[in-house]
Amino acid sequence: MRKYILMTSIAALISFASSVSAATLDDVKKKGFVQCGVSQGLKGFSSPDDKGGWTGIDVDLCLAIASAIFGDPEKVKFTPLSAKERFTALQSGEIDVLSRNTTWALSRDTALGFDFRAVTYYDGQGFMVRKSSGVKSARDLDGATVCVLMGTSTSLTLADYFRSNNMKYEPITFEKDDEVVAAYESGRCDTYTTDSSGLYANRLTLKDPQEHIVLPEIISKEPLGAVVRHGDNQWGDVVSWSLYAMLNAEELGVNSTNAAGMRESENPEIRRLLGTEGKFGEGLGLSDDWAYNIIAKVGNYAEIFERNVGKGSPLAIPRGLNALWTQGGIQYAPPVR
Amino acid sequence: MSFVRESYLIQTPPPLLRVGVPGWLRENLFSSAGNTLLTLTGLYLLWIIVPPFIEWALLDAVWQGSGRDACLVEDAGACWAFVAAKFGQFLYGRYTIEERWRADLVFLIGALTAGLLMSGRVPGRRYVFVFAVLIYPVLGYVLLTGGVFGLPAVETSLWGGLLLTFVVASVGMAVSFPLGILLALGRRSQMPVMRLLSILYIEAWRGVPLITVLFMASVMLPLFLPPGTNFDKLLRVLIGVALFSSAYMAEVVRGGLQAIARGQYEAASALGLGFWRLNLLIIMPQALRLVIPGIVNTFIGLFKDTTLVMIVGLFDFLGSVQVNFSDANWAAPQTAASGYVFAALVFWIICFSMSRYSMRIESRLNEGTRRT
Amino acid sequence: MLAANTVDNLRQLNVASGFGFLGHTAGFGISQTLIDYSEASSYGRAFLVALLNTLLVAGIGIFLAAILGFVVGIARLSSNWLVARLAAVYIEIFRNIPLLLQILFWYTAVLSNLPAPRNSFEIGSLLINNRGMYLPAPVAETGFGGVAVAAAVALLGVVFLRYWSNMRRTATGRGAPVFWPALGLLTGLPLMVFWLSGSPLHFEAPVLRGFNFTGGIRAIPELLALLFALSIYTAAFIAEIVRSGIQAVNWGQSEAAVALGLRRSEALRLVVLPQALRVIIPPLTSQFLNLTKNSSLAAALAYPELASVFAGTVLNQTGQAVEVLTITMAVYLSLSLLTSLAMNYYNSRIALVER
Repeated sequence: MRKYILMTSIAALISFASSVSAATLDDVKKKGFVQCGVSQGLKGFSSPDDKGGWTGIDVDLCLAIASAIFGDPEKVKFTPLSAKERFTALQSGEIDVLSRNTTWALSRDTALGFDFRAVTYYDGQGFMVRKSSGVKSARDLDGATVCVLMGTSTSLTLADYFRSNNMKYEPITFEKDDEVVAAYESGRCDTYTTDSSGLYANRLTLKDPQEHIVLPEIISKEPLGAVVRHGDNQWGDVVSWSLYAMLNAEELGVNSTNAAGMRESENPEIRRLLGTEGKFGEGLGLSDDWAYNIIAKVGNYAEIFERNVGKGSPLAIPRGLNALWTQGGIQYAPPVR
Repeated sequence: MSFVRESYLIQTPPPLLRVGVPGWLRENLFSSAGNTLLTLTGLYLLWIIVPPFIEWALLDAVWQGSGRDACLVEDAGACWAFVAAKFGQFLYGRYTIEERWRADLVFLIGALTAGLLMSGRVPGRRYVFVFAVLIYPVLGYVLLTGGVFGLPAVETSLWGGLLLTFVVASVGMAVSFPLGILLALGRRSQMPVMRLLSILYIEAWRGVPLITVLFMASVMLPLFLPPGTNFDKLLRVLIGVALFSSAYMAEVVRGGLQAIARGQYEAASALGLGFWRLNLLIIMPQALRLVIPGIVNTFIGLFKDTTLVMIVGLFDFLGSVQVNFSDANWAAPQTAASGYVFAALVFWIICFSMSRYSMRIESRLNEGTRRT
Repeated sequence: MLAANTVDNLRQLNVASGFGFLGHTAGFGISQTLIDYSEASSYGRAFLVALLNTLLVAGIGIFLAAILGFVVGIARLSSNWLVARLAAVYIEIFRNIPLLLQILFWYTAVLSNLPAPRNSFEIGSLLINNRGMYLPAPVAETGFGGVAVAAAVALLGVVFLRYWSNMRRTATGRGAPVFWPALGLLTGLPLMVFWLSGSPLHFEAPVLRGFNFTGGIRAIPELLALLFALSIYTAAFIAEIVRSGIQAVNWGQSEAAVALGLRRSEALRLVVLPQALRVIIPPLTSQFLNLTKNSSLAAALAYPELASVFAGTVLNQTGQAVEVLTITMAVYLSLSLLTSLAMNYYNSRIALVER
């Protein structure tokens, strides 16, 4: 009772809640920008620079969505969120789309009231250890102290892995990424676990990156993607097709430099993608050159991958699973037709 | 024969061990065996703490350098070079560099106003007060956020450092003070519903830790709001802090109200003053005067508590210091200790001077009531 | 109304609500558990673990802070200039620095600079490294029950002795000495039984196995940092309370006591302190409560207590912010209310009965 009064009094001081509206796309068009939830700083995915600008693969997806809607990648605002805040921020409508290396999992898809619309990065959980520890495999980690981010799917996978292999461990959990890394670096933990992309990214921030190795085992499937509220299919379509446009563009050889010229290409697939032929934007509630805008202003998937996490970045992560299906990976986009 | 002394004796000085430095030492440090033991223990404590600290903080400290190499020397003490290099970040966080003069200006005006208000009798103090209450908050808001009068907008997510600490603390103080007075009045109200609600509010906030309130503000509050309102994170935290500290303020003010003699109320009512005028003109001036030390103590507490916003991801002063530890360019064994000691020093200076100020006020107020 | 509205919102979003999640499997590990807990336990169990950890750190913290606070508070009034000054400096330094800063300082700047388990500091049988502090754990063998019984008997004996001494004092005006016989009884009897039954107790020293020490009693660094900071910070406030409490007792009281022939220490113990306690206890309780609430700052460390495990991990895992935060706040609120109730009861008992 006391609690109830407390809660209502706070809420009453501010405003009254109304039901979450269904048409996010209309809202976004009306307010003139996309509000995008990103991480507080994970190199390669979404990290702020000293001037408040954002870079990363998750950030680029937001730019792509803004380009698709407004033809202008600048029309996006970023909300940095901790792992804890991210879900309520989306539930409450504070952000329009959550693009924050969030793993697609059944319970999140259902119980949290979300839809996962686009897998921007196929990841898997790994371990990092000091070279001096002599550990060569995750199987050697019995009895280890493990640093892990609080309340992520990572900590659950960790628990499963040790349990199923009959090994003991001691988890040390922190709320922020840099706290986890700092604790690992100070020697509080024997190993640090997170998605392997995160391991590579955070290894760069260590004093002596050469002193640490990532173990070969990948112990989980971590499809990281963009998340929207459940039930708003039109908005979900915009988000997923923003990614598909970039994937299709890579497959068809269209990139940010040649996109303008490619509009006049003979290839009907390219013509459909870039809006020269057909009225495909209409169905999404966008203009027909939506995909052209994405590719010209943000780039195709290969470009954003390479400049953020791939060869063009200090992380230098190979494409691996994230190569196109035609090149041995599993990134596969439905066709535009 | 006579036993009457005819000349004065020459005065001899008191025994050497009773006066001057030796006398003082004997009196205060070595009056008994137990006392001597205590003194020696104290000296030993000083000996193991002070010289190593001075050595660390001053003698062996690294004052200059552009990277961690400077602080990686053998037996290096504090890495002040780190503090120097990150000083701008500690003060302003990621506030746009070209716009930092605005923060300086706000701080300068604030310091001037506060100085004028605190320095006692200044002509036109009334106008300064009006300025501080009505104009300054608006001015500060406009200057810091920008977006009008040709000032480029600076998003609140970029605010940080000591700037943010001051913003959170001063907004918390400014809001909690009037709110606390209202709550205190409510708690002493004759109306049962009013009283019950005030008691519930005060006890509920005082019963929970601030950190859970901040969690609530950052995670739960958005759920109550109409969707799409991009409710600023800083604003949410400010609301949480203000509501929380108003409960504490209410209890302090209530203490002052309880000390007011019944006759004051009766006399004021007899003069025909209504509720508001009675409280505003007769009761509050007396009650608040009594609890100024308590109010300042609440402010000190609030100022120290602003560090908690770091846990919900705002980069206040402590948060800015902490986040810079992860800069690989400055990773050295003494970086963290130096940063924390510097932050502690800054907080200490501010809190200590506030508490000294409150003691001065207290003695000044007592002068008025003391009879000679 | 509003709460209903929010529930509606969540339902529309297809978000789970209600407290059913407490029975679901938690699936994550916790670094310090006082009761049995595994990844397969439920969220409800995780809540219990977290609550116990909160109570543990609060309990030990209160104990340490009270001792340190009383020592510093009395030292503050010492006639020894140096001691009084040192106490004043201690108070002014520690109460003017934010607690969170002190916690982080101990954790990041002090404890994490300790050596790795392999190179632990060894002080006697105490081991200190960056994984915590280890002590040998006492392990009771069969026959240790006798020692426990002996201790209980000794305790009963002391209670009786005290009662008897008081009776005699009322009857004859001259009490029997209690302290030394009691001490003798309390230590002597159990020790004798212990020795007679062939020392049925051994100590299990922690052993370095793989990455960490196993066995023994261990305090994790997060707990240590929290304890250091909480007790040092709170002690500064307690010291001030103790000082003003003692100063609140009229000087005439101790003069009168000395004039009656009591020794200084007796005057302090029998006359001044009981009166000072009347002033000290209420603000002291509120400091204890503050310490308990402040233990929630563990959210900045990895100490697995309520704010960090329940309002942190569980909240993230389930996404049920409203329920989780409501429970968390309700726990702290009930702790506060219980304490205030106890306080009011105590106040009404101890209040001066004016005749």
